[in-house]
This record gives sequence, C-alpha cells and structure tokens, in this order.
Amino acid sequence: MNTGDLLKTAVQNTFRSKLRTSLTVVAIFIGAFTLTITSAIGAGISDYIDSQLGAIGAEGVLTVNKAPDTETAAEEGPNRYDPDRATADDPFPGAPAGPGGFGAGALTVDDIEAIESTHGVTSVEPTVFVSADFITADGSDKYEISLNPVSAAIVPDLAAGAPLTNSDQNEILLPDEYLDALGFADAEDAVGATVTIGATDAVGEQHDVDVAIVGVQNTSLLPLGASINENLTDALVEVQQTGRTVDAPVGYLSAVAHLERDATDDQITSIKEDLADQGFLAQTTADQIGAFQTVISGIIGVLNAFAVIALIAAGFGIVNTLLMSVQERTREIGLMKAMGMGGGRVFGLFSSEAVFIGFLGSAIGAAAAVLAGTAISTALATSLLSGLPGLQIMLFEPSAIITVILVVMGIAFLAGTLPARRAAQQNPIDALRYE
Amino acid sequence: MNSPVLEATDIHKSYGSGSGRFDALKGVSLAVRAGESVAIVGKSGSGKSTLMHILALLDQPDDGAVLVGGEDAATLRGRAVNQLRNADFGFVFQQFFLVPNATVLDNVVLPLKIAGVSGRERRERGMAALRALELDDKAKNRATNLSGGQKQRVVIARALVNNPKVIFADEPTGNLDTATGQVVEDILFTLNREQGITLIIVTHDTELAERCDRQIYLRDGRETDAPAPPNLHGHGSEGAAA
Repeated sequence: MNTGDLLKTAVQNTFRSKLRTSLTVVAIFIGAFTLTITSAIGAGISDYIDSQLGAIGAEGVLTVNKAPDTETAAEEGPNRYDPDRATADDPFPGAPAGPGGFGAGALTVDDIEAIESTHGVTSVEPTVFVSADFITADGSDKYEISLNPVSAAIVPDLAAGAPLTNSDQNEILLPDEYLDALGFADAEDAVGATVTIGATDAVGEQHDVDVAIVGVQNTSLLPLGASINENLTDALVEVQQTGRTVDAPVGYLSAVAHLERDATDDQITSIKEDLADQGFLAQTTADQIGAFQTVISGIIGVLNAFAVIALIAAGFGIVNTLLMSVQERTREIGLMKAMGMGGGRVFGLFSSEAVFIGFLGSAIGAAAAVLAGTAISTALATSLLSGLPGLQIMLFEPSAIITVILVVMGIAFLAGTLPARRAAQQNPIDALRYE
Repeated sequence: MNSPVLEATDIHKSYGSGSGRFDALKGVSLAVRAGESVAIVGKSGSGKSTLMHILALLDQPDDGAVLVGGEDAATLRGRAVNQLRNADFGFVFQQFFLVPNATVLDNVVLPLKIAGVSGRERRERGMAALRALELDDKAKNRATNLSGGQKQRVVIARALVNNPKVIFADEPTGNLDTATGQVVEDILFTLNREQGITLIIVTHDTELAERCDRQIYLRDGRETDAPAPPNLHGHGSEGAAA
C-alpha cells in the first residue's frame, strides 16, 4: 500500500465510527484549546512587556548603581552602620526609589568620572531627581505629575509623536492619561502643543517652565512618570537650586552610561565586568526587566503544564478508542495481512488514524481558541484592561499554533503506538478465525 | 504445465503443549501442479484448514517444507512472503470477510491497494473483475446490502483482481443455499478451466470435492487413501477433536 492510500484509508477509517471518534476529538479539543489560549496569553503579555519596557532597552545604555555591599548584605536583618563606608548624603530625601533602590548608597562625582573613564563607555549622565508640582495646558486645571528620572534608559511606547531629542528645547513625552485632563482631543492633537510645568525652588517660590509635547506615551505597567529630555532636566534643576544658600553634598542615585551604538553582547558583558570590579552594578534594560519576565513565564509555564496534562488524559482516550477499533476490525486486519499487507503498514495505518484524530482535535481546538480568544481579548481591551492601552491579552502567533498542533499530533502518535502495535502483531489466521 | 506450483513434504503442525497439545497435521505431503483443481476433504478437526493455511503461507509448519515454484518458503523473508501472497494467491473464505461500510468496488480492489497500484488502474481492473462476475452494476453499493450469493461473487472478484496463479477457497459454498452454491462452484471451475488458475478447495462437501481433478482426504491429521463413505457424513469423529 503506498503512503497516499495509507493516509487516505486512515482518514476514512476514522470516520467509520463517528460517535466514538467525535468523543475522542472533544477530549483533545479541550486540551488543545487550553494550550492555545495559555500560550497566546504568554505571548500577549511578554509582547506587552517588551513594548512597554523599551523595545528592550535603548540600545547601548547601561544603568549604573553603586554595587550593594556584599559584606553586610549577607547579614540578616537591618545593616549595621559602617562609618568607614564612603557615601554621600542621601541627595534627595523623599524621592521615589528608582531601579536599584537606595540601599547601596549614592554615586559621587568621583564615581561618575570613574564610570566615564571605563573603556567602552562614551558618556555618562547622572540620574537627577527633579520634581514638578503641576502640569497645565492653556485654560486647563493644574494636575500633579511625576517625572521619570531615567528617561534616557527607556525606549518609550508612543501613541503618537516622536522620541525625545537632545535639542536645547524643553521636551516632554506626555502620558496618555493626561490627554483628557489637559483638554486635548487625542494623542495627535497633543503633539506639538506647549504645556506649562510648575516647580518650587529652595525658598518655596513657584516657577513656571514652558515645555513642548513631542510625543504621547502609552500608559506603562511601571509608573515611571513622564519622560523629559536633558534640557528640561537641567532647567528644572536650575529652578530647584534657586535660592539655595548652602551647597549640599553632591550625589547621584544612579547614572546612565552610554556605550557605542553597535556594542556587541560580549563587549557589554566585559564593560559590566569592568564596572563591577570598580564596585558598580551595571544593568542593561533587559537585565532589569529580566526578573519580571521570569515570573510571567513561570506562571505561563504552569498554565501550559495544566493544558498538557489535559492532553495526556486525552491521549488515553485515543488509546481506548483505537484499542476498540482494533478489536472490532480484527478480521479486516487478518484479511489485509493474508492479502500480503506487512505488519509495518498495518502499524502505519493505525498510528495514522491516531495522528489524524489528534490533528482533528487540535486543529478545531486551536481554531476555536483563536476565535474565542480574539473576541475576549478585544472585549477586555475596551473594558477591563482599557487602562493599559496597547495590551492585547492574547496574542496568537502562527508558529505557536502550529507548535500546539504538532505537539498534540505527537502525543496522539505516542498514544496510537500501543493499539497499532497490537494490530501489527496480529496473526492473520487467528484474526480470520476470530468470531 | 506439469511442474508443481505448490509442494508440501511431510508437514507436521501442532497447537498447544503438554496435555493440551493437539496435533493438527501428522506428516502430510502433496504436490499441486499448475492448472489443477485439488480438493482437500475432511471433517471438522481433520486438519484440512491448517493444511490450507500452511500451503497459503499464512502459517509455518513445525516440521516439513513447503516449496512454492520450487523454492523453499522457509527461506523467504517476511516481505517476500507478503509479496507472494499478494501477487500470486487469491482467497475465498466461507465468511466472506468483506469490509462492511466500504463499497463493493473498494472491497474488490483491496489486494491492488495493498500492492500499491495507482487509483485509476485499480478502478479499471476492479470493474473488469466485477464485470466478469456480472456485478458491475453493484460497484457503488455497500457490501452489506448484498445477498449471500452476491457477496460470495464479490469475494471471488476480489480473489481474481490481482490475476493470481492459485485461488484458495475455504468452504466457498458453506454459507450459501444449494442453488447459489452451484452458481459459485460453476464460476470457480470456469476460472480454473478457462484461465488456468490453480484451485485449492477446502471442503467437507463430497459433491463439491468430486468436481475437482483430484481429492486429498484427511483424517485426524493424516492423509487417508480411502474416501470417506458418504453415508457417514455428519457422524463419527465429527467434533471430537475440534
């Protein structure tokens, strides 16, 4: 029997006992449906994280902190005070904790120079915390706003407009939740408009700074605040220093080190090691969000495992169905063997039936999952998850769907080997005598 | 024409072991020449079906040899044996063994399908075989919707479709009434006469056996020279060893 005929016969045989086949297909359907949905959720969420946390990091940017003191960190409980440890005073009391936290101490001006002189680093921008009191547009009320201290390390997820530039103009990327409040019709409308940011100086007097909106940023998973360019940072620092009579010790929570644009992963790794030797902790954006993604993929992994368990249960359904089928068709198998069909071909016939049942269940399951998932996903995007624009909770990738179908067909094949082996080993005479 | 197509020498076959051991064949020899029609006659339990299975290479003897066209079947590999059965042998069974939900044509072309013949040629040769048995108008029918005689004609068409050298028929008329049985017998002997197909018929029906060129009588696993008297039919050792 040639392979084409074998497959065709297997498909025809599958439909001989329609009820039994359909029940088995339903079992596989459930497993395949679940697996498709869970893998789509996994893909949807990681795609969202990628777009949120910066198309994996501004290329060639490292966030540098003082490395945590390993000596004291090993101790449980609060760290003992160590007067020998050189730390600048906490530069901005009350500022929100940025990446790395405050525990490790601040970077001094000397540290910044050390980082800058590290081989491979082209420039360093210390992270300066600036705060704004309010933001307002023409005729709108005043609203509180927080500003992102590490704008340079993030590639923003923009709804409209363009990323920040290093021009000598004050620029801001407006978070989209401010659109309505500031009286803009939509994201496009806001781009190019000018807003006013208010900041308080050292003696408590408020100053207004005019800022151009160059882009509108989708709401992010992490509340980083509005991204601003270097020029605006400097302007706000200047405002905040106004009236300050005593020079506070200068220190920075962290710094953004720029590397060569085309730095390879190996080069980045060696720069990180260099910096680590000097007592700094340098992380790419990918490093920083890595832990977050590990948690997400762990959860998705558990969900997938449940779906696979369902599929394995369905696999036993296939074993059962085919064993009954082999039993019923004992004489037919005997006849085919008497007519010269080899055991290998008989095995092929029955395992193809198993694989076809697996294909039916998984293809229908995957198709139903895509339809249902797309509908649910769209509904959620406009209701429950409307606060997270750009989040498509389920992302169906063709490669993932094909993988699911292939995995199910693989399980079906394994399930089919037992009945198929039994059929292949049947003695034609016993089979023909069988009543 | 006189060279033997099938030759069996001193065939022994037993089933089970110990006290449950049953010797089905205790040293049977025979030679079947091409174009002959041979009846293997015996009662139930005489070993006639076992002998046919061994001749048809469906089973191996415990002792003794089967020569097919002068070649020892024991030296053939599994694939060659399958090929031989597929190309040279046709089978007609008492129980028909038709695939119930397939069409008559699909049933008939099963040997060709196993042989890997292309779909078009299968259809042509299948229809030709059905035409020879005047069943071409039933080609699209389900096999289950036929009468007993029609079913057995389909089985003969299936046995014929690969142009075999030998047709093995195990009680070909056992499930048919006398008139229909007569028709099926006529078909088989016509094939034997006109196409030179060797017939090996296993039966307990002495009338059918008489129509063959030669009869081999089996009793308790041995060949007996004396034909069993017709008046003992249905008595004696019947069922004793089955």
